[in-house]
Amino acid sequence: MPSDLRVIATNSPVRSLRLALTAVTAFAASAVALAFLVLPIAALLTHLPPGRMLDEFGNPVVRDAVLVSVETSAIAQAAVLVLGTPLAYLLATRRFRGRSLVVTAVELPIVLPPAVAGIGLLVAFGRLGLLGGAFSALGIDVAFNKAAVVLAVAFVAGPIYIRTAMAAFAAIDTRLVMASRTLGAGPVRTFFRIVVPLAASGLSAGAALALARGLGEFGATIMFAGSLRGVTQTLPLAIYAEFDVNLDVAIAIGALFVIATAAILMSLKITTRWRSSPPTSPFLAATSSSR
Amino acid sequence: MALLTADFTLPRRHFELALALRLDGIVALAGPSGAGKSSVLEVIAGLTRPARGRVALDDEVWFDSQRRVNRAPDRRRVGIVFQEYALFPHMSVRENVAYGGRARLDELLERFRIAHLSEARPDELSGGERQRVALARALVRDPGVLLLDEPLSALDAYTKTAVRAELATLLRELALPTLVVTHDYADAVALADSVGVIAGGHLRQLGSVEQLLRRPADAFVARFTGASLLAGCVVGRSGGLTEVALESGGWLYSTDEAAGAVDVAIHPWEVTLSRDGDGSESGLRATVTTLLVVGGQTRVGLGLLEAELPSASAAALGLQPAVVVHVHVEPAAVRLIPRDHARSSPTSP
Repeated sequence: MPSDLRVIATNSPVRSLRLALTAVTAFAASAVALAFLVLPIAALLTHLPPGRMLDEFGNPVVRDAVLVSVETSAIAQAAVLVLGTPLAYLLATRRFRGRSLVVTAVELPIVLPPAVAGIGLLVAFGRLGLLGGAFSALGIDVAFNKAAVVLAVAFVAGPIYIRTAMAAFAAIDTRLVMASRTLGAGPVRTFFRIVVPLAASGLSAGAALALARGLGEFGATIMFAGSLRGVTQTLPLAIYAEFDVNLDVAIAIGALFVIATAAILMSLKITTRWRSSPPTSPFLAATSSSR
Repeated sequence: MALLTADFTLPRRHFELALALRLDGIVALAGPSGAGKSSVLEVIAGLTRPARGRVALDDEVWFDSQRRVNRAPDRRRVGIVFQEYALFPHMSVRENVAYGGRARLDELLERFRIAHLSEARPDELSGGERQRVALARALVRDPGVLLLDEPLSALDAYTKTAVRAELATLLRELALPTLVVTHDYADAVALADSVGVIAGGHLRQLGSVEQLLRRPADAFVARFTGASLLAGCVVGRSGGLTEVALESGGWLYSTDEAAGAVDVAIHPWEVTLSRDGDGSESGLRATVTTLLVVGGQTRVGLGLLEAELPSASAAALGLQPAVVVHVHVEPAAVRLIPRDHARSSPTSP
């Protein structure tokens, strides 16, 4: 275009050089950042020859850890979705005194150090803890068994889901909910036919992030549930245990993790792209909102 | 036709909305943004709970604070067309309309000429089509009352005129008690039999378009209907005419009776102008400040006053900014609104 030509023509050589330098610097910085992020991942995936890697996947330690992780994560994730969704919806749509206090309480586990979470769980649900007496009277013992793993995973992963789900619910135009009510739908039908479909991409984003976080849970689990192979030894705990014993096994589990979490993130991106996005995109709102 | 009565108070953040309405035709509720117009619709539909009052359709009570009646929105027979239509974005046109029920689904899709759009999503529709879908959806449950919140504000100026005429015809055919909320006086006049002007949480006046023009209840209503307002003081009355001295200089005559401080309301189309030396002097001289030619009509700004005359007359008078003219208004077209009766100072609509 003529105007562009004029701009170039009026650029002094010094200015052109400065522009070129800026571009080169930005490119170099991006390349360094990207390489730094990618290298450890690439190293994990390439350290062992493919054949050895596959062999290590069949190692009984790995198999046990996968089973423990899948079972506890599945139960924790189900609990988080069933109990967390109503809480997220109430916090997103109701205004009440002390709301910000409740929201802060929900967010706290996200920023707490895992060691603190582990101690907290111990003194709340452990044998000598706050609810320990009540639990043992009911014949429930939650220290150093699968139930303990589930509690630890739910405690650190739940808030991530709830926070994302809140943002997704809050992004829904309230007039759509009102319209549903005036069209004869009660609150339950409105929730399942209007609210959930419109928040779906935000909800699945939250669920995926929570699942990935829960699978990787380490600190709280090792303090509260211990690291008993086949009982409480999840994949991250197995990495830690095998680190001194058999480094190849630790690396294989690491590679497994990379593959699993990459699959979770990719499937999340694909499903959110497939869904026809409503006028307000809950996914964007959910991931960019810091409210 | 059924009768909807609503009489309630609802505290808002900055004021209290207190309103009594009897709805047995098409009523437009007009007023500036933030006047609480949408809240009125929400109270009738049961989406917002008033502090006290009563809402009933004939003898079917929907809300009564004394008798502790409060029907849920899904148990009131209300059809709403929301601002910007609030169509469900994840459903097709057909699913949107069918959400309320299937009994009249095909009939309504045909009637609103949206049957061919059945499978389209709301974001693929034009503004006019969205409005028709919203109307069909609002009517699918056979409501006893129809509520419309700013039904024309989401449309561009080009489509608005056509859609407005179509909507006006449709509302008359439906013969339902209908409440249309709008911030635009022209839309209110085009759609409704009577217009209620709401401001500061109160209904300032409810009447026919003619009544609002002839007898504005206060300065706010007068200004909202498009009148210019001039402050003045009654100096005498003789021969059936009241003489008013204007604060900005000059004087006018009105057939209204009044005393003391008044607001003088004059609609632009009642004003005629003449030049010095035309042999038609008047008590009011003004300087032309702005000229706005809209097709065959020209709007002449005269400081506080505004005149609307055929562009040919404006040209014949040689009107230009800074030209001084004589202002003529028939005494019958000059409204006097006593100052002490006017409620809180009018804000421009």
